Amino acid sequence: MTLNLILLFVLLLTVIWTVMTIRLVHAVVGLAVTSAILAAIMYRLGSPLAAVFELSVCSGLISVIFITTVSFTQRLSKERLLIRRRERLLRFLYLPLIIIVVGILLVKYLRIPQFNLPYFTGPEDPRSVLWNLRHLDLLGQAVILIAGVFGVVVFFKEDNK
Amino acid sequence: MLALFILIPFILLLILNLPFPFVNAEVAFWLSAFLFLMQIVLAFVHPWLAWSNYTLPLGQFSKFKLVLDPLTLVMLFTIGLVVLISLLVAKCTITTEKRKFHFINLLLISLVGMNATVLVSDLFSLYVFVEIAAVAVFVLMAIEKSRFAIEGTFKYLMLSIIASIFMLTGLAFFILACGEVTFAGIHNVFLSGTNLVLLNFAVGVFLCGLFIKCGAVPFHGWVPDAYSEAQSAVSVLLAGIATKITGVYVLMRLFTSVFIVKASLQNALMLVGLLSIVFAALAALKQDNIKRMLSYSSISQVGYIVLAVGCATPLALLGAVLHFFNHAVSKSLLFVNTAAMEKKFGSTDISIITGMGNQLPVTNNTLLIGLLSTAGIPPLLGFWSKLIIILALFQAQRFTYGAIALLASVITLGYFLFMERNVFFIKTETSADKSGVPFTIKFCEVLLAGIVIAAGLTLPFILNSQIFYFKGFSN
Repeated sequence: MTLNLILLFVLLLTVIWTVMTIRLVHAVVGLAVTSAILAAIMYRLGSPLAAVFELSVCSGLISVIFITTVSFTQRLSKERLLIRRRERLLRFLYLPLIIIVVGILLVKYLRIPQFNLPYFTGPEDPRSVLWNLRHLDLLGQAVILIAGVFGVVVFFKEDNK
Repeated sequence: MLALFILIPFILLLILNLPFPFVNAEVAFWLSAFLFLMQIVLAFVHPWLAWSNYTLPLGQFSKFKLVLDPLTLVMLFTIGLVVLISLLVAKCTITTEKRKFHFINLLLISLVGMNATVLVSDLFSLYVFVEIAAVAVFVLMAIEKSRFAIEGTFKYLMLSIIASIFMLTGLAFFILACGEVTFAGIHNVFLSGTNLVLLNFAVGVFLCGLFIKCGAVPFHGWVPDAYSEAQSAVSVLLAGIATKITGVYVLMRLFTSVFIVKASLQNALMLVGLLSIVFAALAALKQDNIKRMLSYSSISQVGYIVLAVGCATPLALLGAVLHFFNHAVSKSLLFVNTAAMEKKFGSTDISIITGMGNQLPVTNNTLLIGLLSTAGIPPLLGFWSKLIIILALFQAQRFTYGAIALLASVITLGYFLFMERNVFFIKTETSADKSGVPFTIKFCEVLLAGIVIAAGLTLPFILNSQIFYFKGFSN
């Protein structure tokens, strides 16, 4: 429990850093670290397969795609970087304060009632869930991939011609 | 067998993208047009859907748990109609063959998404297919790649992502409280009264996501840019059906099949509905671009549907479904009219096209029909749907809501007549050249105007003959 809380706190810190940082590469690294911590939390909560997906896809593959894209951009000059950093700091100055105040209020006043939560009775094997229970969603997954391909073709390939 | 409504567009999509020598934009157009037409026919002559009980030997694909009820039939019919109109408009307004081909493919993807959304009986699958329809629409919106179109797409994308976060969070809490995601399962947990705190939280969060998808006030920021900056055919799809299915239909489905309606929930929904009606109607008064005016009008009309769903009596739900159909047809008609104006004048700014209405006689007359129906003038379809909603509100002792909704109709009529007067009734010394608008667009205008008039004149017959099984919308 204590380790879970520590992981959640670190997760919060990495999320804030991802949003606040001025450099895109730093934001991508922050996102990858966030996903890795999330994967650890998922593993500890008893979802090893979800953790593997989170680690390989969100922390790995997506970070690679982001960094590839960022490598096509130009680095900001030092002067612009300073201006942007100042602007960003001013914009998010109150964010840590808001988080601390909300956290204190939640700890002090939020009383989570006892719930009579139902026990999941379906198949526990993820393969069985995917292929026998959620096969319509798998079809959806295929369609959304095709939509993504058309997105890439429409945005990038047409111009090349 | 109902799975074919999802599988056939998907298979057609695959066929169009296989390296067959005969596949080109023209073939794709005719195959898609035939498919959309078949959907309209099958949804309209629903007794033929008795074959829905028959199971095709399609293995896992035949085991989809789908639902066919009156609401689904109306939605399938409306989706088929608006998608067909969008396709016809695209034929005239999209210039390059390649882009036309991509448009048709993305239209098929959005059709898969929308059809599945109205057929599924499971909240998670519903979320998946709502997202599919939305993703296809994002790409369609940016298909012209103009700066403003991309800006509109970006706004829609960002707010849609926020909506998705809300919906997913709501879903997680539904799973936590109910242990499953089928409509019937969640409904049973509502009936049993267990874990009500969790369920109410899930409903609240999920509704916030839906309000963004609907474009209801105060979650409407993306609507005017998205509707007005998109390509004409995409505007028809977006304003006519896409956002209505991904937002408004889901709201109707949840209130008729899943949630137990409580007074607090009703009040929240009716307040959002009323705010949308009034604020959007007032905002529309200030617009000097026809497309933007129609966008705000769309928000206002969605407000009527949300208001009726919130009222939650069988009569109000009937009004909501009717107004949904009227809004889809009328708004599609009005956006086809703007496509004609863009084709002819290259703009929809009122200041630019003032007094040029005499060059577009078909557009002039059909625009008037669309505007009057949207404003609720008898005997057009919009009159009946608004009348039923307002009667239902009075019947449910919601006099203030009913009176304000009635007054907002007058505002709607006001800004539409202002636009009509400026564009069509002011005489200027312009040439009377009536060419420039393709026959297909004129055909779409006349067809949609004909539906608005015919449905308005024959509504009592339609209700009595149960063609749409409009009776008995209730839990």
